[in-house]
Amino acid sequence: MIEQVADPLPQASCAKVILELDVNNHAGVMSHICNLFARRAFNVEGILCMPVSDGKRSRIWLLVFDDQRLEQMIRQVEKLEDVLAVRRHGAEHEVFERLEDFFH
Amino acid sequence: MTQLTGAQLIVRLLERQGVRTIAGIPGGAILPFYDALSASTQIRHVLARHEQGAGFMAQGMARVSGVPQVCIASSGPGATNLVTAIADACLDSIPMVIITGQVPQSMIGTDAFQEVDIYGITVPITKHNFLVRSAQELLDVVPDAFRIAMSGRPGPVLIDVPKDVQNQLIEVGELPPPAVPDMPPQLDMVAIDAAAQMINAAERPVLYLGGGVVHSGASALAVQLAEQGGLPTTMTLMALGAMPIDHPLSVGMLGMHGARYTNFVLEEADLLICVGARFDDRAIGRAAQFCPNAKIVHIDVDRSELHKIKNAHVAIHSDVTAALEALLPRVKPALRTDWLAHVADLKQRFPMQFPGSDDPRSHYGLIKAVADALDDEAVVATDVGQHQMWVAQAYPFRRPRQWLTSGGLGTMGFGLPTAIGAALAEPERTVVCFSGDGSFKMNIQELATLAEEGLNVKVVLMNNNALGLVYQQQTLFYGKRLFASKYRTEPDFVKIAEGFGVPAIDLDKADDPRAALAEALNAPGPCLIHATIDREQFVYPMVPPGAANTEMIGG
Repeated sequence: MIEQVADPLPQASCAKVILELDVNNHAGVMSHICNLFARRAFNVEGILCMPVSDGKRSRIWLLVFDDQRLEQMIRQVEKLEDVLAVRRHGAEHEVFERLEDFFH
Repeated sequence: MTQLTGAQLIVRLLERQGVRTIAGIPGGAILPFYDALSASTQIRHVLARHEQGAGFMAQGMARVSGVPQVCIASSGPGATNLVTAIADACLDSIPMVIITGQVPQSMIGTDAFQEVDIYGITVPITKHNFLVRSAQELLDVVPDAFRIAMSGRPGPVLIDVPKDVQNQLIEVGELPPPAVPDMPPQLDMVAIDAAAQMINAAERPVLYLGGGVVHSGASALAVQLAEQGGLPTTMTLMALGAMPIDHPLSVGMLGMHGARYTNFVLEEADLLICVGARFDDRAIGRAAQFCPNAKIVHIDVDRSELHKIKNAHVAIHSDVTAALEALLPRVKPALRTDWLAHVADLKQRFPMQFPGSDDPRSHYGLIKAVADALDDEAVVATDVGQHQMWVAQAYPFRRPRQWLTSGGLGTMGFGLPTAIGAALAEPERTVVCFSGDGSFKMNIQELATLAEEGLNVKVVLMNNNALGLVYQQQTLFYGKRLFASKYRTEPDFVKIAEGFGVPAIDLDKADDPRAALAEALNAPGPCLIHATIDREQFVYPMVPPGAANTEMIGG
């Protein structure tokens, strides 16, 4: 119908946030999560995923910038059927730092 | 133990779930399922003429029944043709299970004939989706799909089934029980108490009902809350019918095409009690200026809707029914004489205006004449555009699930197949589909399905030979530069309907259009009722793009 006239997107701050997700381990899970961030124009700076324990579950680590939309984003992630839990960590978490050697 | 193919297993699980009618179109990759379906004595298949039509038929059945309904398509184009109907169901929270055929697993990823990644395509427009990798998985996936579709905030769930999975033989013992919805979220009684206190303390509260009230089956409770608390009540497009429009506390539909007084009442509110609504931009206009003086209580079963657009002072993550049941004993009976008198005064000064409503050849008059010829048992579906807004404004909706419209996605072509679905689910009712000539042409092929099924669907075609709402906006906001909004030729809709085998009348040629209309509406079976309307009639009032709701033009 009519074009939307919206306020400009809020600028992300520089503060980093690390999200730790417990998810079911099957072929479509990554696409559900990445698609959710992409379609809400929410940039994911870093992503790590490995199966855990018996292979029925995976753990996903996401590196994102803090943003006033982050809380809403987390609620959307929690709604995904294959996401079992979401934990939020501050920038002090070292999971991505310890991998930096592989990105030089 | 019984030996079944994957296809037979799906049919058994659908039967066990209580599915009785499904709409679809067969094709190569879904033929094993169709073969199994042909043996079912419980499920009736309705053959649509376009997969989008099948999707909206399932929606029509789901919208009137509140129970998940099923549509079927083959792989590739069959599946992509469903996409619009799925997205529409997602935005309006309609429970639906979509089953698509897929090329055999060994051919997935090879760009095989009619292969498309419908799983990937539907990730953003479904509540959840599955690509099934073995017949064994169906035992979990099919009940899960129904459970997810109907739990919490309802929505569409897609199951993509490769052809080899449909053909795979497995030994099946006992079938899983039919799916039931998940337990609703635990009610936060502290928040309920806080909300009740705010309602009791408010001087100028407004109750704002959304589609969630209808989905939750909470309309009677919402009306009871309004009456007990003396709460003027506004409804979104999706909630029309939750409170009868002529209820003394109803202030009608809010938003872009709401009445002036409705938006003025909201402007003055000191408390907004939002129940199962999501502060959609068409309802609230410019968010920062919506209800500027009001505190907000927000009840929603979807936690991600809370604080999404407007921060709530009290947010209640709950099924609407449970929250209203808990609120009712805590809300003090109140007359609110001063506030309701002020609301009545605003209503008298800035009423909804229906020019020409005595003339059945005008847009409002035609809608009123249809309403006069029917009772509240009728179902009313619409397409999308000017006619949709006029019907929303003028039709006297008095019960939930009486009104079927494409709210979130605004899909032209929604009306006819959705009306067919409604009539399939509730054949005893008269189903009226208001349509415009632009929308009607987008799924006109379903007239063939309608004729074949002989359903009690009456299409009221409001024809201005234009894309009316585009024409209106170009006129109002684009310097009257009319472009691509008027048709240069005009089809003969009466002949088209008759060509499909649907009887038709032309009100333009009727000496007494009111009598001709009533006769057509009350005759059993399908009918197309054609009426020319004036292209220069616009939908008013109207909130211009980006403006606050109080800055309406017209009306």
